[in-house]
Order: sequence, then C-alpha cells, then structure tokens
Amino acid sequence: MPSSQFSSPNSSPATQSGGEFEREPVSKNALKGSNKFWGMYAGEHAAGTEFMIGPLFLLNGVSLQNIIFGLLLGNLMAVLSWRYLCAPIAVNARLTLYYHLEKIAGKWLVLLYNLANGVLFCFLAGAMITVSATAVGIPFNMTMPTIDALYPNSASFVVVVLAVGLLIAIVATLGYEMVARFANIAAPWMVLVFLACGIISFKQLDVSSWAELNQLWTESIVFAQEGQGESAMGFWSVVLFAWFCNAAMHVGMSDLSVFRFAKKASYGWASSAGMYVGHYMAWIAAAFMLAAQIKLLRDASPVPGPMASNVAGLAGIICVVVAGWTTANPTIYRAGLAFQGMIQTVYPKISRQKTTLAAGLVATVAGLFPAFAFKLLGFVGIYGTILAPIGAIIFFDWHFRCKGNADTLHQSQPASSFNLSVLFAWLIPVGIALYFIQSVGVTPWVFPSPCWIACGLLYLVFNRNASTA
Amino acid sequence: MNTALRILSRLGLALTIGPAFLFLVDAMSLETVKTTMMLGVALWLVSAPILQRQKQNALTNPENRDNL
Repeated sequence: MPSSQFSSPNSSPATQSGGEFEREPVSKNALKGSNKFWGMYAGEHAAGTEFMIGPLFLLNGVSLQNIIFGLLLGNLMAVLSWRYLCAPIAVNARLTLYYHLEKIAGKWLVLLYNLANGVLFCFLAGAMITVSATAVGIPFNMTMPTIDALYPNSASFVVVVLAVGLLIAIVATLGYEMVARFANIAAPWMVLVFLACGIISFKQLDVSSWAELNQLWTESIVFAQEGQGESAMGFWSVVLFAWFCNAAMHVGMSDLSVFRFAKKASYGWASSAGMYVGHYMAWIAAAFMLAAQIKLLRDASPVPGPMASNVAGLAGIICVVVAGWTTANPTIYRAGLAFQGMIQTVYPKISRQKTTLAAGLVATVAGLFPAFAFKLLGFVGIYGTILAPIGAIIFFDWHFRCKGNADTLHQSQPASSFNLSVLFAWLIPVGIALYFIQSVGVTPWVFPSPCWIACGLLYLVFNRNASTA
Repeated sequence: MNTALRILSRLGLALTIGPAFLFLVDAMSLETVKTTMMLGVALWLVSAPILQRQKQNALTNPENRDNL
C-alpha cells in the first residue's frame, strides 16, 4: 500500500493555497526527471501493510501458481492504469486531483470526497499502527492478537498500540518533512530487508523442486485453515485484488497530483517499480515468511513482528516498525489535512495540528482493533470501491467534455458549490456495491471496475440531461 | 569524509542483503545472518542520513546550484 504523495501533502485539500501549484497548472520549470518517480514508487509501496497482505493470501488458500501469475498480471494491469489512464491526463492538465475535481464537481463535493478519503485514511493508518505494535511489543512479551480477533485481546496490546499510535500522531502534527526525509532514507534498506526475509524463508522451507514447494504450500494452507484447505481466492480474485488495491491512486486519479510534475506520460511506467518491488516481491516474501513459520513453529498467526523476528532478528523487527511508522505517519498527516479542509469551511481558524492530532487519535483507536489489519484485503477493496469512481468522473469529463484539451479545462471556472450529476453518479454505483459487500457478502475487490465504469457513464447521462434541461 | 560515508552506507546495504544469500547456499548460520543484518541496519541508518543532509546542503549552497 502506498503512503504519501510526490509533492508535499500540503497540496491536498482544495481549500489550501500556497506555492505548490495547488490552483494552477504546474509550470514547465517545475517539472521533475523520471528518476524521482521511479524512486518514489519503489519506496512508497514497500509499506508496513505488505507484511500483512502476503500472509493473508496464504490464509485465504490461494495457490502458489495463482499468487505468482495472478500478481504478475494484476500488477501489470495496475501499471497500465497508471500509464494510460492517469498519467496522460496529468501531464496535459497538470492540476491536482482536488482542483481538477473542483472544476467539475464544485467545492462542497470535493469536501465530501475529502471526508471519505480522511476517514478511510484513518482506518488504513490504524492497520499500520497495529502492524508496528506487533513488532514494538516483542521485547515486552506482549500477547499478540490472533487472526480472528475483532477486539484487543490483552492489556499489554492496548498499552503498546496507544503508545505507538500517540507517538505517530504527535510526530505527524509536527510536520511532514522530517518523516518524509526519514522514509526516503529507510526505503532502499527496507526493500532489501523484504528481499532478505523472502530468501531466508525460502531456504527455511527446505525444498528442492517446484513440486516440493507446491506440496509444502498446500500443506501450509491446510494447516492454517485447520484441515479445510479451501481457497477463498482464485486466479482472477488475485488479479483483481492486485489491480485495484491502489484503485484510488490510478483509476481513481489521486496520482494526478503526482504525475502533474512529470515531463511525459511515459513516466507512468515508474509505477512498475512500486508494483513489482512492493506488491510482488514483498508480498511473496511475506507469504513465504508465514509458510516458513508454519513449517518450523506450527504457528499460522500472520503477526508481522514475530514473523519478521523469526527470519531476520532485530533487523526484521526494526523493519516492521519503520515500515509501519513511515507509512502511518503521512497517512495520518493526509487525513488531518482532509479534515482541516472540511472543517475550515465552517470554522476557518482550525489549525492543521489539531485536525492531524484528531486524525491520529481516530487511527490509534482503529489500531486497537486488530480486525482492520487482519481483514486488510477486504478493507482495501472497500477503499477502492468508494474512492476510485471519482476518477471515472475526471476521465469521462476529460475525454468527452474537454475533448482532451487542457485549455478548455483551465479556462472553465470551478463548478458551483455542489454538482448533483457528479454526486448521484458517484453514490448510486457505490451504494449498490456496498449493499452487495455488506449484505450479500460479495468480495469487495470485484467492485472498483464496474463502479468506475457505471459512475463514468451515469455522469455522462446526468450531465447531458442537466445541459438539455 | 563523503567517500567514507558512501562506502559505509553501501556496506550497510551489502550487509543487509548479502547474509541472506550466504544462508541460502549454507555458508552462514541463521544466528550469524541476524547479527550481520543488524550491523548492516546500524551502518545504513547512521551513514545515510548524514549523506542525505550533506547532499541537501550542497543543493542549497548557491555556489553549487546550476542554472536549470
């Protein structure tokens, strides 16, 4: 999962203004070289949550072939989405998502989007705090949460989560730069720790052929599922999950804010660094860590701290803490900005520090519930389902109303406060999808794509009706 | 100073990933791997921030800025 954006998150809310090209196209002399994009994507997608996602594939009974080939295809689709859907609009329009959306949908709808974004960011940061806490708690003999735990299962877990969460929240209120700098320093080292963990775990599996590895993998699934050995995710589920776990960023157009600084749309290929380092190598490495733990310790708990400790010792523990911290921090910062943008409309003097601290407290409370981390696959699917369709509004508006002409977009004034066509085009498909997820039990990661298409088409229909009326 | 720091940081990265490969070919025990990786962490986390700070100072020094 990604953590932060290319530019300072100060540019996020529509209500902010400053020198980050928040309400104007990025000028030519501010464009950045391709190396920055490759480095950013490689670092940002090696996050604390990768330690959770790989093992969750094993627990969901995904076969080894489906992981290897499903992730290969799903990540390719994600890269193509960045390259051919998001980057071309970004390098032509050169606006942030927020200002671009404000021109189409109006300020109030952007604030509603900010609210959804902020709340979901808090829960995501909560999962990262849980991940970090499982590593911090090791020296204190903390009782680790179990996979089926919805609530905190020990006082020591509560204390460690509160300590970690509050520390992260306080650091986030102090500013973004320090954490971003540390994240940049830690990124290359973290990627190597992930790789090392994968290699060591693979060796611990002690297999000499593909057939043996496959056999051991199947046995691990059967053990983890207490004898059932059922698969809850097939090949296409893995493909869709890998494709849409960052749906808000690529098809959801959140990374317009990133690629508006790119010289060419071909910089979109830089996303492959994040996908194939973080969402391929790191997920498979983390899955091997759980398989090795099952083989050696007969323990199927996918708790990141102990898993990393078994494989890489103190270096692994530090990696889990740093990976969780460097990703939770900007996420909380971003949530705080989103909340600030909202509250400022009724209380203009609210400070960023206060809203960031509030976001940090919400994230800390969320971190107390291990279910957010252990149900991360489903949560990420819901996250994409809710936020990605907004990208369809931008995509369809760009190609059908603006005809791909940036001048048309730049010369248009921001829409009046609330564009109902956009609101209904967004809420109708998302509402239907959430019904199917909550009431029928359909897996969430199948919905971003149909919601995205439905949202775009509904926007065109509603917009045409509004124009003719 | 700069060269020494650069060597230390690269050594830190090498000590992070190298032991895993040695473990893979049975040339190192797991306990030694863990200790060596920790040494790699220490080297990297000490040298990389100083290097980054020096790089930033160089960029903000007007004499070192180009006209791009």
